[in-house]
Amino acid sequence: MLSYSPSLGGGRGEALKFGDMNLSQFLMMRHELLLTAAALIILIAEIATADSAKRKLIPFTIALFAMVTVAGFFPVPEGTLFGGSYQSNPLTALMKNVLNIGVLIIFLQAEGWLKRPENSDRISEYFLLTVSTLIGMNFMISSGDFLMFYIGLETATIPIAGLAAFDRIRSRSAEAGIKLILSSALSSGVLLFGLSLIYGVTGSIYFTDIAQTITSNSMVALGFIFFVSGMGFKISLVPFHFWTADVYEGAPINVTSYLSVISKGAASFIFTIILFTVFKTLTEMWKPVIYTLAVFTMTVANLFALRQQNMKRFLAFSSIAQAGFLLLGILGNNDLGMSAVVYFVLIYIFTNLGAFGVVEAISNASGVETIDGYNGMYKTNPKLSLLMTLALFSLAGIPPVAGFFGKFFLFTAAAGSGYYILVLIAVLNATVSLYYYLRVVRAMFIEKSDNPVPTFKSSAYMRTALIICVAGIFAVGFASVIFDTIREISQNFLY
Amino acid sequence: MYNYTILIPLIPLVIFLVTGLLGMKWKPIISGLLGTTGLGISWVLSVMTAITYFFGSHHEGAFETIIPFEKLWLTFSETLQIKMGVLLDPISVMMLVVVTTISFMVHIYSLGYMHGEKGFQRFYAFLSLFTFSMLGLVIATNIFQMYIFWELVGVSSFLLIGFYYQKPSAVAASKKAFIVTRFADFGFLIGILILSFITKTFDFAKLTNPDGAVFANAAGMSFMGISVMTWAMVLVFMGGAGKSAMFPLHIWLPDAMEGPTPVSALIHAATMVVAGVYLVARLFVVYHFQAPDALEIIAYVGGFTSLFAAVIAITQHDIKRVLAFSTLSQLGYMMLSLGVSGYGGEEGLGYMASMFHLFTHAMFKALLFLAAGSIIHAVHSNYMYEMGGLRKYLPITHITFLIACLTIAGVPPLSGFFSKDEILVAAFNHNKILFGVEFLVAGLTAFYMFRLYFNIFWGKDRHYHHTPHESPLTMTIPLMFLAFASIFSGFLPFHSMVTSDKMHFDTHLHLAVAVPSVLIGLIGIAFAWLLYKKESKVPEKLAKQFGILYTATYNKFYIDEIYLFVTKKIIFNYISRPVAWFDRHIVDAFMVGIGTVTEKISYRIKGMQSGQLQHYAFMFVAGVLILALVLVYYI
Repeated sequence: MLSYSPSLGGGRGEALKFGDMNLSQFLMMRHELLLTAAALIILIAEIATADSAKRKLIPFTIALFAMVTVAGFFPVPEGTLFGGSYQSNPLTALMKNVLNIGVLIIFLQAEGWLKRPENSDRISEYFLLTVSTLIGMNFMISSGDFLMFYIGLETATIPIAGLAAFDRIRSRSAEAGIKLILSSALSSGVLLFGLSLIYGVTGSIYFTDIAQTITSNSMVALGFIFFVSGMGFKISLVPFHFWTADVYEGAPINVTSYLSVISKGAASFIFTIILFTVFKTLTEMWKPVIYTLAVFTMTVANLFALRQQNMKRFLAFSSIAQAGFLLLGILGNNDLGMSAVVYFVLIYIFTNLGAFGVVEAISNASGVETIDGYNGMYKTNPKLSLLMTLALFSLAGIPPVAGFFGKFFLFTAAAGSGYYILVLIAVLNATVSLYYYLRVVRAMFIEKSDNPVPTFKSSAYMRTALIICVAGIFAVGFASVIFDTIREISQNFLY
Repeated sequence: MYNYTILIPLIPLVIFLVTGLLGMKWKPIISGLLGTTGLGISWVLSVMTAITYFFGSHHEGAFETIIPFEKLWLTFSETLQIKMGVLLDPISVMMLVVVTTISFMVHIYSLGYMHGEKGFQRFYAFLSLFTFSMLGLVIATNIFQMYIFWELVGVSSFLLIGFYYQKPSAVAASKKAFIVTRFADFGFLIGILILSFITKTFDFAKLTNPDGAVFANAAGMSFMGISVMTWAMVLVFMGGAGKSAMFPLHIWLPDAMEGPTPVSALIHAATMVVAGVYLVARLFVVYHFQAPDALEIIAYVGGFTSLFAAVIAITQHDIKRVLAFSTLSQLGYMMLSLGVSGYGGEEGLGYMASMFHLFTHAMFKALLFLAAGSIIHAVHSNYMYEMGGLRKYLPITHITFLIACLTIAGVPPLSGFFSKDEILVAAFNHNKILFGVEFLVAGLTAFYMFRLYFNIFWGKDRHYHHTPHESPLTMTIPLMFLAFASIFSGFLPFHSMVTSDKMHFDTHLHLAVAVPSVLIGLIGIAFAWLLYKKESKVPEKLAKQFGILYTATYNKFYIDEIYLFVTKKIIFNYISRPVAWFDRHIVDAFMVGIGTVTEKISYRIKGMQSGQLQHYAFMFVAGVLILALVLVYYI
């Protein structure tokens, strides 16, 4: 059924003749190539460094990755490769850049944790696994057919299980790894089943073909539901979210922040792209599904978040709730919705990594991970407390910090498509969320403690990461050029 | 020529940044003096602006709307843009004066009141931040800018109360205030969203154009049988009701009195709480032409709040809480007045009266709060039964407090008389029931204010820890200034300055309304005098010795008994107490109950997160099935 005739035009015809594929076309994959090169360099560096000097790998890799991030911002040629399996355009490049920024911050934050004696021989392992998942995510975002999509998805998932179990000596970390790999096996199976059903109906795995031929019938509907369930797992939407809290709590904090920000962001990106392009003729079918998921996700996650004591679990449920808000942008189903999603993820990266960074710094310094443990922290660590407050305010969506604008555009997108009731539900949920975010603020500023987190000075890496986060929390909201650029790119992509 | 107005909000912002970042290293007093000086400059600039704007050029017809500064910020679409700028029109210029005046006075006052407190510079930094936010709100050129500053006002008031005091009750109060107003603000936000989708603009200039061209889309659009415009404007009002503490969103204001008294004066009396009134006034044209039903709702909400709060005020013992409920009641007045107003000329009397009352109320209520602060400063208690006979010790506070009480009671020729009279006339012209309510409230107001006054300054001395002494000059100068403003601001010609269509119109005293309203005020004062001013026993003893006089005294005593019976037994027990109980246990409890129920549900569903993988897999599959069912239902 796959049609390879050159008359279908575009990249697919050309790409069949691999001999004609020149270097400039190949450079469409610049993000992936750079990351692969980086991964190889890390491997070589690992071999080349003496055991006593392994710590030097940390600044080396961070510098390397910073270069990769910067290189990603140069314009990328548009087009498709491998017969349409791979597509490159400004929107995908933008999404990859957003993820790169997040990973760079996470690498900076990882320094204190990697320096620990038990991790000293596995520094390159951490970087290698992370970069591998990122390569998978990049391919997933750029996929032009469901095969590439699925390969990217799996490449992105499997190394994360390794990362989640990184702290081998802690049984909770091992548990997190095993839970992640088993539940994602289930979700991948369901997802793959869904994709095969869609292939069975349309006879193609290419996005462009499917978009033209797909019609609404019960087989497609079932396949679609399976697909959404699989994606719901990655983005941790209720009721596919159960793994989230356990894995987030068990995994090392750095990996948790990676899961909650990068992994989730990448999955949301491709989910949005596929809904807006592949299933664009079936909006009547997917809107009620997304609507239901949005309502459940926001509400249930908020209810759970209210009671959490562990900061990682708390942030896990908060991140689930944030994903529910993100669905509002998808429901907007237009360029505003698309740009709202990308913009929200960008803000969410800075905000959540700010919060996770503080949690990680405190955990590294004192081992405290509970909300009660934060009591009276303002007295001992005023800067970190203020930063945490800022991040939580941004998560709660209080102007004028960036989080407000992120939510505002999502709400606008949904309201613009007439979902007033949903916006109302979202608004009520945002109010509830304010309550639990303030719980942490209260602990830090108000509650007295005989034994507060001792004063400490975090490393230069961590401070750099946190300063980037603070700058992002303010700048992304205030600098209108960022939203305008995203908007323009989304418009060009969709129309 | 008004380019300098941008400095008015910018000066406090710069001071906030400088004090916030560098203040730790200074001597505390430097931050205080810096903040006060900066605000002084802002105040002078505001007054200058007002004088040039209102009296500078003799012009015929309407006051212009001037936008001396505006900058594009975010673009949604060609037409829908977010801007930041300065808008000058009668109400914003008036508000500039109100906000800077009160803030300046509070800055000066706090030099004395907060002296030696820990976190002095932080307090001043937050005062500056608050003032900046409030000024930004006032001069907003579009509804979105207003919303941003609206939230900033909320955040900075949260900081002012919560960061400063280590009392758990204060913290609970600030949190409550923040969450309740946030809840209301979300209504506001949805209202803005709907409004912007109908009109494709955020600009006040376009929205408040009486021709209503931008609302052409709205015709015929309705949701659940009510027009979309009504929905939008009611939702916008919800935001205003939250900030201005209208029933049933008023529950945060009395609790917020836990904050330091100067903060109460600034935030909870004169500036932040009138933001809601200002919002309705700002969008008055839209309300009047596009959503008259919403305006009707506003009138009744305002009327009910004013009565409700006045009745509760009678029973309170904490002097700041009495003032808080009194503020609620007066805000109700302002809202009601907007609600019953028409547009243009004398029809717009309510609008003008509301703004007039906003102005005079800011002066006398700030005075009341600051005087209360001076009293608390002297006796270290908030409770009126721990006070008495203070007039000897606090002469300046006493006189200024008395002036404020007379003003709020509407005694001519003090400012409160004029503004309240205009409101009563406006209500009388449009809705007799609401007029009746407000008339009654006028009497209640006089009564509870003088109950407070007599309890504090007359009667017997209590056992004070040390002899109370008058506050320092930094505190009494603001009192005297505000007392001066309370007396004379009634003579400002508001009818030719701040009107619904920005045109001059003639007002005159309506004796039919003015005389009874003054009388009921005096009756209220008389009641309070009879009940709360402790009389010496000498006349009684004398009376017993003189037969005829005895009967007279007896009769008077008998009247006293009736008063006592009616007020203490009937009004207190059967009206005020139940209303206060209702407020505390039903309205408040309902709001708290929502939180409790949420927590309960949260507790119940905790078991779903069992930690067992097979359970999760089961839930996953169940989720797939639920989604499939959703689809089956929809297709």
